Amino acid sequence: MSDIKYLPGKEPHPREHRLIFKNIDREGWDPSIDTYTADGGYEQLKKAMAMEPGDITTEVKKSGLRGRGGAGFPTGVKWGFIPPKNTKPVYLICNCDESEPGTFKDRYIVHQDPHQLIEGMVISAFAVGAHTAFIYMREEFPEAAITMEKAIEEAREKGYVGKNILGTGFDLEIWVHRGAAAYICGEETGLIESLEGKRPYPRIKPPYFPAALGLYMAPTIVNNVESLCHVKHVIEMGGEEYAKLGVDRNTGTRILCVSGDVQKPGYYEIEVGKMTMRELLNEVCGGPLEGRSFKAVIPGGSSSKILRCDETFQIGRGEDAKDLSFWDIQLDFDTLAACGSMAGSGGVIVLDDTRKMSWVLNNINHFYAHESCGQCTPCREGSTWMKKISDRIVEGKATPEDITTLEEVAYQIDGKTVCAFGEASSWPVEAIISKFRDELTADTNENNERLSKEQLQREMFLGK
Amino acid sequence: MNTLENNVASPTTPGEQHFPPFVASDDIVALADERITHYPESKLSAVLPLIHIVQHKHGFVSKEAITWIAEKLEIEPMKVVSVVTFYPGFRQSAPGKFHYRVCRTLSCAMAGSYELMDQICEITNIDRSQLSHHHPIVVSPCGNYSVEFAECLASCGTAPVCLVNDDFHENIKPENAQDLINKYQP
Ligand SMILES: Cc1cc2nc3c(=O)[nH]c(=O)nc-3n(C[C@H](O)[C@H](O)[C@H](O)COP(=O)(O)O)c2cc1C
Ligand code: SF4
Ligand code: FES
Repeated sequence: MSDIKYLPGKEPHPREHRLIFKNIDREGWDPSIDTYTADGGYEQLKKAMAMEPGDITTEVKKSGLRGRGGAGFPTGVKWGFIPPKNTKPVYLICNCDESEPGTFKDRYIVHQDPHQLIEGMVISAFAVGAHTAFIYMREEFPEAAITMEKAIEEAREKGYVGKNILGTGFDLEIWVHRGAAAYICGEETGLIESLEGKRPYPRIKPPYFPAALGLYMAPTIVNNVESLCHVKHVIEMGGEEYAKLGVDRNTGTRILCVSGDVQKPGYYEIEVGKMTMRELLNEVCGGPLEGRSFKAVIPGGSSSKILRCDETFQIGRGEDAKDLSFWDIQLDFDTLAACGSMAGSGGVIVLDDTRKMSWVLNNINHFYAHESCGQCTPCREGSTWMKKISDRIVEGKATPEDITTLEEVAYQIDGKTVCAFGEASSWPVEAIISKFRDELTADTNENNERLSKEQLQREMFLGK
Repeated sequence: MNTLENNVASPTTPGEQHFPPFVASDDIVALADERITHYPESKLSAVLPLIHIVQHKHGFVSKEAITWIAEKLEIEPMKVVSVVTFYPGFRQSAPGKFHYRVCRTLSCAMAGSYELMDQICEITNIDRSQLSHHHPIVVSPCGNYSVEFAECLASCGTAPVCLVNDDFHENIKPENAQDLINKYQP
């Protein structure tokens, strides 16, 4: 693929391995179907539709592909959860809510390379036996909704979508469904409720695992945009070949979205686990800004636990136990999990020594307080309390005990809610407090007045 | 209908002059009818798309629009209300002709998006202090502009970013606020 040229200034870094982002910022590229097919597009669909659906799932299992939406769950395994004796219709949903702060990869696929997603979706729908698929698109992507719908129409005209696809007798309709600016619609069961036309209150699991009881209480596979695109490449390469990319149990490529305090923020598609933090930050992203130094990194979207750049982690067990410095972390699911954080959605937010952690924490708390769906008490009340307390810290009105209260509130949310938003909102607080306690405490003052319970309640209900 | 009268209020704003009052016009009905066909399983699923259609043309979702959507989908008006009031993307009163949504989340805030918001407010004569959790949208006295903070717009690598109506803008430094506003002449 050495003949591919990219727009000036948008060339991939030599350390990248472009699979999903092959066509992003490509010279002469446009989202039309002609451009896509001239480049070999829809060939993998033809290949897949000559296979048995079950064999596609087997290839995806062999590939080791793990979901790119946040949880890193193996895609093939998820597909296998559809009850074998199911008689209801099966639905496929592409999660294009892309709303985890720090994440910006699906955006480029749906704006610039819509047919790659459609091809991945038709293959996936064929594999799981779905005849209706939805792309749940966040409201803030109005252009992409138009681009995607146009691409679906083009694909329909060519017989890749609609009735009797490629003459195989397989039917599939794909619809774009726009959200309305609510982060919780990215959570798969909230998404499903939203698609049913209700408030997006997440459902409790068990029993409502979408693969068994999803949209309209029928089996539903929800996958992230990037995950569905990978399926196309799994078919192209074969599961075993695909699994050679990346490292053991962390296969393929993934797009890292780097933002914040680096010379060259942007998206970088790398082989999973084949790059360290040091290489990503210093080599690929060009190091810190002039005269500054790196302080901390949020490695997988704002919900993931922050890592200090001077931290050392004890990872592994028994004979494999070792110390790992922050800089030597290899960027894959398992290593980041072993360091107490997560690879999440691939959103890497970099903070340098000019950033005050109380301010960072407060910004994050505002996000979660705004986005809690309000269904369960610990999350609804807790997220607002955490915001109120961190407001006080940045305003210089907090006492040292407020830090303890903040920490207690976080631990009262974590693990006690209907959906994983509870962890998403409390983990950043827990991690920032445990790793930057001294810095936060320095922003408080023992002589500040403690807020009385009445005052707190008044603030809670009346706002400020 | 009484319940709707009592529960749904759309305070008037200077933005209203730019949007026609809601009527179930032929174009709206045609768009709605087409969208409903996407959800053979359940008409209720079409509630978000229908609200989008109405809001896109009329600027916000009025009581009359809610009643029409409910009739169209054969559901209780309150079901439409519960959806309209939940989602930050739906409005119950008119924005300005040009609605600025500035991302306030971490990477954009680090790159100066709060200062960008200050600048936009200053230039468009919007009282920045009115913007709060309880009043997410503020409209300029002339009705041409309105502002709102958005949460992460999924473009953190080109921070700060904002949406003006449906147009997306990246790398908008606070000092370039005037250039951005010049692009949209009332
Ligand atoms: C609060 C919350 C927000 C989420 N937001 C998104 C999102 O914006 N996009 C996404 O693909 N997954 C998101 N997820 C993960 C989804 O629930 C789901 O696991 C994912 O779409 C599955 O796809 P995958 O297996 O391909 O990763 C979110 C999860 C939670 C708990
Ligand atoms: S944890 Fe939060 S976001 Fe999730 S269901 Fe409960 S209130 Fe809603
Ligand atoms: S923080 Fe503004 S786009 Fe992500």
